[in-house]
Amino acid sequence: MSFLEYNLKVTPTGIRKVLYLNWFLVLLLSSVAVIGFLMLYSVAGGSFQPWVEPQMKRFALGLGLMFFIGMVPIWFWRSISGTAYLISLVLLVLVEVMGETGMGAQRWLNLGFMRLQPSELAKIGLVMALATYYDWLDLSRISKPLWILPPLALIAAPTLLVLRQPDLGTSLLLIAGGGAMMFLAGVNLFYFLAVIVIGVGVVAAVFLTRGTTWQLLKDYQYGRIDTFLDPASDPLGGGYHITQSKIALGSGGWTGRGFMQGTQSRLNFLPEKHTDFIFTTLAEEFGFLGAASLLALYVLIIVFCVISALRNRDRFSSLLTLGVAVTFFLYFFINMSMVMGLVPVVGVPLPLVSYGGSAMLVLMLGFGLVQSAHVHRARSK
Amino acid sequence: MSRRVLMLGGLQLGMVAALAGRMRFLQVDQADQFRLLADENRINIRLLPPSRGLIFDRRGVLLAGNEQNYRIVIVREDAGDVDQAIARLARIVDLDPAEIAQAQKEMARRSSFVPVTITDRATWEDVARVAVNAPALPGISPDVGMSRIYPFEGDFAHILGYVGPVSDYDLSRLDDKDPLLQIPRFQIGKSGVEAKLERDLRGSAGTRRIEVNAVGRVMRELDRKEGQPGSSVQLTVDQTLQNFVQARLVGESASAVVMDVTNGDVLALGSAPSFDPNKFVHGISVADYNALLENPYRPLANKSAQGTYPPGSTFKMVVALAALEDGVIDTKEKIICTGYTELAGRRFHCWRRGGHGKVDLVRSLRESCDVFYYEMAKRVGIEKITKMARKLGLGMRHDLPLSGIASGLTPTKAWKLENRSAEWVIGDSLNAGIGQGFVLTSPLQLAVMTARLATGRAVVPRMVRTLNGIEEPYQEPAALDIDPENLNAVQRGMYEVVYGQRATAGRSKIVADGKRMAGKTGTSQVRNITAAERAAGVTKNEDLPWERRDHALFVCYAPHDAPRYAVSVVVEHGGGGSVAAAPIARDIILHALYEGLPPLSAYPSSQRSTIRELQDSLELRAPGEPTQIRGGRA
Repeated sequence: MSFLEYNLKVTPTGIRKVLYLNWFLVLLLSSVAVIGFLMLYSVAGGSFQPWVEPQMKRFALGLGLMFFIGMVPIWFWRSISGTAYLISLVLLVLVEVMGETGMGAQRWLNLGFMRLQPSELAKIGLVMALATYYDWLDLSRISKPLWILPPLALIAAPTLLVLRQPDLGTSLLLIAGGGAMMFLAGVNLFYFLAVIVIGVGVVAAVFLTRGTTWQLLKDYQYGRIDTFLDPASDPLGGGYHITQSKIALGSGGWTGRGFMQGTQSRLNFLPEKHTDFIFTTLAEEFGFLGAASLLALYVLIIVFCVISALRNRDRFSSLLTLGVAVTFFLYFFINMSMVMGLVPVVGVPLPLVSYGGSAMLVLMLGFGLVQSAHVHRARSK
Repeated sequence: MSRRVLMLGGLQLGMVAALAGRMRFLQVDQADQFRLLADENRINIRLLPPSRGLIFDRRGVLLAGNEQNYRIVIVREDAGDVDQAIARLARIVDLDPAEIAQAQKEMARRSSFVPVTITDRATWEDVARVAVNAPALPGISPDVGMSRIYPFEGDFAHILGYVGPVSDYDLSRLDDKDPLLQIPRFQIGKSGVEAKLERDLRGSAGTRRIEVNAVGRVMRELDRKEGQPGSSVQLTVDQTLQNFVQARLVGESASAVVMDVTNGDVLALGSAPSFDPNKFVHGISVADYNALLENPYRPLANKSAQGTYPPGSTFKMVVALAALEDGVIDTKEKIICTGYTELAGRRFHCWRRGGHGKVDLVRSLRESCDVFYYEMAKRVGIEKITKMARKLGLGMRHDLPLSGIASGLTPTKAWKLENRSAEWVIGDSLNAGIGQGFVLTSPLQLAVMTARLATGRAVVPRMVRTLNGIEEPYQEPAALDIDPENLNAVQRGMYEVVYGQRATAGRSKIVADGKRMAGKTGTSQVRNITAAERAAGVTKNEDLPWERRDHALFVCYAPHDAPRYAVSVVVEHGGGGSVAAAPIARDIILHALYEGLPPLSAYPSSQRSTIRELQDSLELRAPGEPTQIRGGRA
């Protein structure tokens, strides 16, 4: 659709746009954030410091960002999507050169007022770039091998940079997110089948080269995989996190031990209790019902995004909305799987709940784009 | 595109369903198991040591109690610079460098929030000084614990024994699953009553359930269950009498036993020299311990129960009774003593070189004629002597709550064949006839023998009167199967030992009416004077070095016509029994009879001034105050 076509339909303008925002989505995102505040309050032992207050400020900032982005017409965002992608790549290179080290990896750029994780930004940049590409590309060419290569390159560039940090979790997220975008755009299923076969081959290669000079992953990454496969083998070492995390989850039962009564987190048995493992505190204190409720909220957020995307006839808007939704889905799915011992520990935060600035701001930025797409959707007269 | 969205949506839905299923599995299906694990994580059980049972004497005087002891502890994380904090503490409190080194070692091993004891021998003044200077001593604080105290110090050291921190050796030795033993520095009985009645005295542990965090810091106490304190024990011993016995034995390497002949109660069980058991409670210093070990008088040994000596002439009553009962002699028959008896070309001498002439049974005891007993031993044989000895309580281990009770030795032919790989010869019997040779007895056994001779009943010694407030079962001693007439003759002989003409113990008479005693002296050879020594002019015992002099023994009971108490005294290397042992035994039995320091009127008038001097020189304690004996919950 071109700018002219937009004008033939009714698109809200001016302050009236506010009425067309997806308020349900705002409500859902806020609910999840509030759950996050409660849990951070709990793991801090009933205190707004040191986590709740900064987290609230960030969420307020994130909401403001979302509203601002949502008010700006979607075609503007499409026009700068290439730039956004390039900026995120530059930032990733910068992190390589002058980034700060944290937890065994170079991940942070210190911007003075906050520490930015460019790899988070890259997720949105990639989604924007791919959506633009497939919006531009003629439908008949989508599955042509030659036209497959540019999106693969788009995915590969940030993935390789992130992998060098090294951050296995985020690079897998980028691949999965990008792959999902290509799938949604309609790339022939044959390619995905091929990728799966190659993936299995790569996994085999990863394990077969272990211990040789060509080994593909770092030792600690192999260690995490080992720990995942058999957490009991090293209960006080690498497996400690997962074992304690499962104990916390399991001891929650149906209704949990009650707010601020979680012994596992309050007594410091849980690692990273305010960041990656915050879900265990929720599950311990509010039980299966609490954990399932959060899961339901997440699913609803996805559902609202999908509905918005399906009702939008602008291909860029749809793809962008779905891309953000898939990224969001990957966040919480991998985090929850990780703390429940279904996948190895890879350092992915629980979206909008875990303490941390970059992930929250980037996600709110993504939802701002979703709002923009939603508001500036062409509506029949 | 919507088809793809549906496919991807379906996939996501499946993944979410897997998450929910996993959640359900962990949180609902396995909830109980994980909750248990969470509780194991956070709940620690700490033991509360029970207070140790108290030990009282027969009148209720506290012999072993528990006192609060003050400790000074340091918490590393609060102290900041530990060395500086300890240096500051050392300026106001006397600290042992060894203790400081130990504390520093322990601090290095433990978490920074665990209190570590710097000293557990702080005085109340130390505690006050620490409290006043608290602002300058961060992380250092006084603490209170319980520890054992023996108010009568050395008096009961050999009876009570002592407690000390449980050691690895104790753990390997005791087949005891009591978790209390795992508490570091937990005090258990190491010897004596404290060790033998350990199970009763210890009590059982209480528990305290506490919540800890991941690094073990105690967050709060969930609940506590008090333990069961140890049972109180009341002994048969009498504190004042025991004190007198110990005071009377000072300066000697000696032992004395006092028994109530009517029921077997051991009233006193003295062993000198003694030691202060309080020093062992917190771990005795190496210097002090070595001094005890190197003392030739062996202060650590409980000589009255552990020591065995040839009984010498005190064994003659046994031989006399064996002969009388066997009928190889009657009370009238006289044996002629020429100063020696000859056997297979070897001469067995009487202590009186010139001989006693015609000797009947009573005279044989009175003058302790050896030749008479050589003859008796020859006639009756070792087996019957040994049988009588065992009947009278020798050669057997009496069951008292004491450490290392000796069983002594009453030899038989079979015993010699087995242990010496030699046939029993008649000379062995002759030696046994005068209580030498293989025969070995402990002072405790001699006291039992005397009690049995005095009453004709199988008196069994006992030391525990009540346990946890309940009387120990007691049985009237059964009559011994001995002809009363024979027993009477022996008793008459023992009376003559003190009151007869030319009596061996004539100098140790009691003149108070109704308190006269019957007894028997004994002098047992440690080894013969060698020919070389004889040639060098050594003929008398006093000329020998101390450790080779004869042991002096005396056994007695009183009053002789209505026996109440039996006493045995052994003075190691003391020389003659009549000189070294009998006066001590007289003083002790009089103290028992008068239930206190005996009046001078009980002694022959010629001896009263020396006795007064002796009594004045004794360092006696003020008698302890009896307390209401509490039961197990003391």
